Amino acid sequence: MAENRNDKNQGSSHANAESNLNADVDLEKRNFLIATSAVGALGCAAAAVPFVMSMTPSERAKAAGAPVEVDISKIAPGAMMTVEWRGKPVWIINRTSEMTAELAKHDDQLTDPKCDVISQQPSYCKNEDRSIKPGIAVIVGICTHLGCSPTAKMQPKGDMGDRWPGGFFCPCHGSKFDLAGRVFKGSPAPINLVVPPHKYLTENTLLIGVDTEEKA
Amino acid sequence: MTNETVVKQNKSVMANALNNGLNWVDERFPLTSNIKAHLTEYYAPKNFNFWYFFGSLSLLVLVLQIVTGIFLTMHYKPDAELAFGSVEYIMRDVPWGWLIRYMHSTGASMFFIVVYMHMFRGIIYGSYRNPRELIWLFGVGIFLCLMGEAFFGYLLPWGQMSYWGAQVIVNLFSAIPFIGPDVSEWLRGDYLVSDATLNRFFAFHVIALPFVLVGLVAAHIIALHEVGSNNPDGVEIKKTKDKKTGIPLDGIPFHPYYTVKDIVAVVVFLMVFSTIIFFAPEMGGYFLEANNFVPANPMVTPAHIAPVWYFTPYYSILRAVPPFPGIGVLGIPPSLFPGVAAMGLSVMAFALLPWLDKSPVKSIRYRGTLYKKWLAAFVVSFVVLGYLGTEPANIWGQFGALLGNADRATVVARVFTIVYFAFFILMPWYTKKDKTLPVPERVTG
Repeated sequence: MAENRNDKNQGSSHANAESNLNADVDLEKRNFLIATSAVGALGCAAAAVPFVMSMTPSERAKAAGAPVEVDISKIAPGAMMTVEWRGKPVWIINRTSEMTAELAKHDDQLTDPKCDVISQQPSYCKNEDRSIKPGIAVIVGICTHLGCSPTAKMQPKGDMGDRWPGGFFCPCHGSKFDLAGRVFKGSPAPINLVVPPHKYLTENTLLIGVDTEEKA
Repeated sequence: MTNETVVKQNKSVMANALNNGLNWVDERFPLTSNIKAHLTEYYAPKNFNFWYFFGSLSLLVLVLQIVTGIFLTMHYKPDAELAFGSVEYIMRDVPWGWLIRYMHSTGASMFFIVVYMHMFRGIIYGSYRNPRELIWLFGVGIFLCLMGEAFFGYLLPWGQMSYWGAQVIVNLFSAIPFIGPDVSEWLRGDYLVSDATLNRFFAFHVIALPFVLVGLVAAHIIALHEVGSNNPDGVEIKKTKDKKTGIPLDGIPFHPYYTVKDIVAVVVFLMVFSTIIFFAPEMGGYFLEANNFVPANPMVTPAHIAPVWYFTPYYSILRAVPPFPGIGVLGIPPSLFPGVAAMGLSVMAFALLPWLDKSPVKSIRYRGTLYKKWLAAFVVSFVVLGYLGTEPANIWGQFGALLGNADRATVVARVFTIVYFAFFILMPWYTKKDKTLPVPERVTG
């Protein structure tokens, strides 16, 4: 059969050869081959799943990312402490009333004063102070530019210039943030620092990594 | 029988045995035909110059990296607790470990030097043009693999620069809209660069990418030997063949002519290579950065982060492109994506060269001044961007308030970023408009 076809095609023009080939196509066999290949490809894709998923954070890494309980009663007013959550520094800042009062005064210098980028804080912290209790700020100390850890410059003025209201300064590329972690205009960081999910277990015990239940 | 005839007879017995052995192999494996096809009867143009050393030098460095890498793996520990110490152990306690480690770390920089020279050769002589597009694309693949190898390898010593460099680069992926954060978490295998990240980077560095790399190098050479080498005149030597033998008149067998020529280059290269290894293995912080001799600390970022020199042109482009400010009304958040995309494009643009170049000639020898000016502008912007990428953005101070207090270096980087991309984007226009010279029938000189 195949030999006959070759004989026929010999010497005939290219177009003829093509039409002959088309006429001889065994459609049933072709469909079978397409279906087999499709099922085979699906099988390969399914087999890839375990390999791809094996690269996601392991149970141990997830456990290390478990919520952290912090006693905040020892932080003096105007001071801060750093705890580790998921390997990242989390700042807990006990802001004085002067500090929180200052927050409302420099909105015009900020990129996103009203915290409209919703991914940057839980909804219960989308407010003036970016916090549950106005005095206590909980902020992930990782710059939203390229992941360096900013340095605390909490006192106003000083080496940061006369207009500095107090906040944080990133040594890598010079991003500046206020005491609510909101980014100043002209910084390479595009968005405000992240407020992690957190809730109060008691008056002075903070749990970082678990959301506060929303009020209905 | 005299002694002489005995010697002669012995010789012919040996020759026969060798011949029989070779025949035995050839009947089972195409040994002789492959040696002919790729060495003794592969006809390369007779006018190769200085620029043609860098292909075989790249191959040499690849072999050196693989061999030194194998020996480093015998002592290195891919574990966040042990990695830094095991590298210091190699440097201090393993006999000759310091030499093997410095060969490997210097080899990385030398690899990029010879590959950049090799790519530049391809650009000036139009080696990427029809019919060599696939050779060029395989080459771009090799270049990407090499960048991957360098990046993954740099995390392994687990120094401060390793750690924060990986942190910054992996974070670049989180700038990709929608899927970005998940992609970077998947790459790290953790919420931050950690032991899991180190372990997988080790796997990529020592097994996955080297396999791909060697495969691509084979494809690169097979494609080259299929179509034949280009040359400084950009003339196809296969067009003028000896009528009797079918051998190109301007071709000479690769072996022995170019093997011998390349050995000279190898000797000179090894002299330079050894000088660096023995006298300046860190190259003043350009080949190995000072911060990388401090163990990784996830809580403290070094004051100045810069990639190793071979990545700095692209890193400069990343920093130069301003972030997208976001559209508050539509709920589109601000994003770093433009800079990240520009950096990706600055590398991938090379892959488009075969289709961007519309010139009727291949070689710079027959191109007009317009093209030469653009090429010069590109080389200058590549070097300036490369320099700026090694320095902090405020190195040249700021402009006055009139220009918004912008960092001078950032503004300069922006200008050269535009030149860099213009070289590619405007290429179809200026290569067509360029006044070219007539190309000779046969190769010259």
